[in-house]
Amino acid sequence: MNKSITDVLSLANQINDGSKVAIFKDCSVPMALGRELIRRQVRNLHLVTVPTGSLLPDMLIGSGCVSTIETAGVSLGEFGLANRFSSAVKEGDIAVLDATCPAIYAGLQAGEKGIPFIPLRGLIGSDVLANRMGFRVIDNPFQENDPIVVLPAIKPDYTIFHAPMADQSGNVYLGRQAELKIMAHASNKTLVTVEKIVDFNIMDHEELGSASLSHLYVDGIAIAPNGAWPLNLPGYYEYDREIIQSYAHAAKNQKSFNSWLATHLSGGSKETS
Amino acid sequence: MDYCAEELLISTIASLLDGLRHIAVGVLSPIPGSASLLAASRSTTIKKVSILGSMKEPYRVDGAIDLFDCAGQGRIDAFFLSGGQIDGQANVNLTGIGHYPTQDTRWSGAFGSAYLYFLVPRVILFREEHTRRVFVPKVDFISAPGTSAPNVHRPGGPYALVTPLCLFSFNRTKGRFRLESVHPGHTVEEIKDNTGFEFDLPDRVPETLIPDSQTLQLIRDKVAPIISDPYPDFARKIWGI
Repeated sequence: MNKSITDVLSLANQINDGSKVAIFKDCSVPMALGRELIRRQVRNLHLVTVPTGSLLPDMLIGSGCVSTIETAGVSLGEFGLANRFSSAVKEGDIAVLDATCPAIYAGLQAGEKGIPFIPLRGLIGSDVLANRMGFRVIDNPFQENDPIVVLPAIKPDYTIFHAPMADQSGNVYLGRQAELKIMAHASNKTLVTVEKIVDFNIMDHEELGSASLSHLYVDGIAIAPNGAWPLNLPGYYEYDREIIQSYAHAAKNQKSFNSWLATHLSGGSKETS
Repeated sequence: MDYCAEELLISTIASLLDGLRHIAVGVLSPIPGSASLLAASRSTTIKKVSILGSMKEPYRVDGAIDLFDCAGQGRIDAFFLSGGQIDGQANVNLTGIGHYPTQDTRWSGAFGSAYLYFLVPRVILFREEHTRRVFVPKVDFISAPGTSAPNVHRPGGPYALVTPLCLFSFNRTKGRFRLESVHPGHTVEEIKDNTGFEFDLPDRVPETLIPDSQTLQLIRDKVAPIISDPYPDFARKIWGI
């Protein structure tokens, strides 16, 4: 299945304007692939952040790539607010489908099971629920007087993430990020960047195999060393605090965001090392 | 022994965690995290403190789905929430200010609040800013409601609110906060001036207990080295480690 191993640009080219794309919260984020999406000026993406978003959704929004974001929250964490997101919401440039973390997970779990909806506790009485046309309150069919929210399945066109390694067959080692599996199962296609390709079958390896995604779900792989930079890849490398800090500062307005992006879009030494 | 403002907050929050088994701490929560570790260090009942963002056992969380499922199973006894706005009915706004959806000020979003607030029995609200900007008569957006109709499945909810000025408890039946104690150096008048919602007031409001030397020793010797893993900047600022 060598044909599924390609380069980052080819992966980016597969993602059409208007696609619904799922991205994991703040690690295993395919930043190199994200930069290619920005370079080729993809438009009208419907992002699903799983369950929250950080640097990449904010960069994509600031670059005009996004029309809708389905999220439990977008934030740069300790580095502060995601200002391109906040600004786009204020200006009405993007539609926000506000959710809560377990609602995103539950929606994807319904997607991976191939069922149309899934119930979830909580939410009743919140403005999150009041503003989501797709969320409904039903009566628990097994118990009287027990209202419960049901959520539609989330089925992204693409899940994209960065992982430590893949093998020649297209099996991908995820590490502890088991949520990536659910995302891949629920999505029509999954495109992955990895630090390296190994020459043994990952699924035959007793320890690695249990923390890996079967090639059945993998539609494209590209090698991208440091492909999560400047975010982290747990167990492999940490955040690049300096760069994220400079981003957080620059993203406070569109003009300084644009010039930050012009400087950093070429990738930097980390990506090519 | 001298103590700093953060140590008073840590000891105040820890006093609300007696007799529990599992306490979970969300992101960006160094003070609640420290309080949970302090409570655990002197408790015989606390089996686990889960700290989101910690990469070390026994504080590591086995993925976020596990955390939410754990709450659904009734296996999390306490959690902490904050809010850009919090009102007198303990409604929490993490979403933004102004008319939704094109809010003038948009914050991050609800995160796990709209779920965990319903399911964790002892949710402690904590905010390091005590002003009328934060404590409003009515939140602009209810990310998570403080109270629910009787038929809504809700084993959890608000238990207390801790600020740099005072400690409130929350009465779920009445849907109101009650001032429990005022931190040393502050007054009831000051709290009234800086709180935008009405709250119940006992005839005599006690002063918040300050951390004794044994507590401070525990915080500095046992808690600080652990919390410095997920929160290095915080530990450096407060304890210089």
